[in-house]
Amino acid sequence: MKLITAIIKPAKLDEVREALLKCGVQGLTASEVSGFGRQKGHTEIYRGAEYAISFVPKTKVEVAVSDAQVSGVIDAIRAAAATGNIGDGKIFVTELGHAVRIRTGETGDDAL
Amino acid sequence: MTKLSKFLFSTGALAASAVAMAGPAFADEAPAPVLNTGDTAWMLTSTALVLLMTIPGLALFYGGMVRKKNVLGTLMHSFAITCLVTVIWAVVGFSLAFSKGDSDYIGNLDQFMLNAIGVADLWAPLNIPTSVFMIFQMTFAIITPALITGAFAERMKFSALLWFTGLWSIIVYAPVCFWVWGGGFLGGAGVLDFAGGTVVHINSGIAGLVAAIIIGKRKGYGVENLAPHNVTLTLIGGSMLWVGWFGFNAGSAGAANGAAGMAMVVTQIATAGAALSWMLVEWMTHRKPTVLGIVSGAVAGLVAITPAAGFVTPGGALLIGIVAGIVCFWGAAWLKPKFRYDDALDVFAVHGLGGITGALLTGVFAAEAIGGKVGVLEGNIAQLGLQIEGVLVTLIWSGVCTAILLFLIDKTIGLRVESDAESEGLDINQHGEMVH
Repeated sequence: MKLITAIIKPAKLDEVREALLKCGVQGLTASEVSGFGRQKGHTEIYRGAEYAISFVPKTKVEVAVSDAQVSGVIDAIRAAAATGNIGDGKIFVTELGHAVRIRTGETGDDAL
Repeated sequence: MTKLSKFLFSTGALAASAVAMAGPAFADEAPAPVLNTGDTAWMLTSTALVLLMTIPGLALFYGGMVRKKNVLGTLMHSFAITCLVTVIWAVVGFSLAFSKGDSDYIGNLDQFMLNAIGVADLWAPLNIPTSVFMIFQMTFAIITPALITGAFAERMKFSALLWFTGLWSIIVYAPVCFWVWGGGFLGGAGVLDFAGGTVVHINSGIAGLVAAIIIGKRKGYGVENLAPHNVTLTLIGGSMLWVGWFGFNAGSAGAANGAAGMAMVVTQIATAGAALSWMLVEWMTHRKPTVLGIVSGAVAGLVAITPAAGFVTPGGALLIGIVAGIVCFWGAAWLKPKFRYDDALDVFAVHGLGGITGALLTGVFAAEAIGGKVGVLEGNIAQLGLQIEGVLVTLIWSGVCTAILLFLIDKTIGLRVESDAESEGLDINQHGEMVH
């Protein structure tokens, strides 16, 4: 099992959700986060005073998948979240040691 | 508004020779006031509108522009000042500002604790009860010190704020109000201030500049991100200021008449002109037409048309608005960074410079056909000199008294919160509350 963590533009969340459902993902977790990458934030202007905002609002999508699904899910997120512009985000893949469905007690791939 | 101009508006007699006449002498010849229910209804309404400008209008306008940790502290400034100045105005403020005795410089104490106001008393030369006039003026006395709080936002101790604004309303507001509207020397000389460009806006604007310099910059100024936490609140508050300002300006006609109607018209036009000019200049110089910019421009226009509202044509109002939007934007975006004073919410740029722009242009654009007063464009160059006198006297009195008051408070209880408290925020540190 793998945990796939994608940092995407907030406006792309719905498209990413649709794409993930199409490739068989049953559920995901999304959270509002802020941060920066090579984009180094953005500039806001208030009454002529420019502030460099170093932490940009982003959405973090977390989805746990079986090993067989990994490449398909990565491709789906990329296809849905890409605009081609700076700030499109990143995808991280980490090993997932264990998973449990709370209601039934199922474990491993059955719990996903 | 001078007694003279009140008389003119309430009777509709637009005498050409009015400029030459002294206010008090003329008022003596006025017929005894007769209660006018229409006028009274409009002034009661205007009073509520002007109170709405401070709570919640100004509170939200300023509250949206600070960082999230200082929202409640900033809202508290306007609300607490509303309560404090209400009491001060009732005890001594109204008497000092409007109870004319022998002095041309300060009122007497005949109206101490409003003791001399009877239920049936009428306020000559208007045709409304004295009680209504008193509380209408109270709402002006409330908003003026509340406006100053934007200059020292996010760093003043709450106790110091109460001492400063309470004393300021007695030592600065009441005398200046008396000089211009209460029968004092500025109104008597012929300085035009229809609804408070000098009394309210230049007065608070210069006090804000002096306060910002004396209390010093916010921690992190020029380094940290001090961006507004919620411009939505600022737009809501700014819109309430705009609506409430109809009570401020059209209410300053003192009657439900054509002067009030025209004051409302020029207020609306100048405000729109200034909002657009600020937005356009910012768009050209900083690439984006901002929400904060258009709202700030609207307030700048409201400020600038305030002294002129009963005296200028719609065309004059549009020009005053357009100029004010540009001047106030320049004050906030160029003048402040150039001299590096931290007037946090631009009280001087918007109210000081906007008020001065309006006061001077009132002397230029005053049209005899509108308010019976003649400005530079109609050949009365002397009016501009009078307007400059009004501006300078107010700048000096308010600036010097503000400096002395703040110095004394700093030496006794201290003006500013501790450095750690400032980092933590006024909400939790001064008030023990958090917004959410």
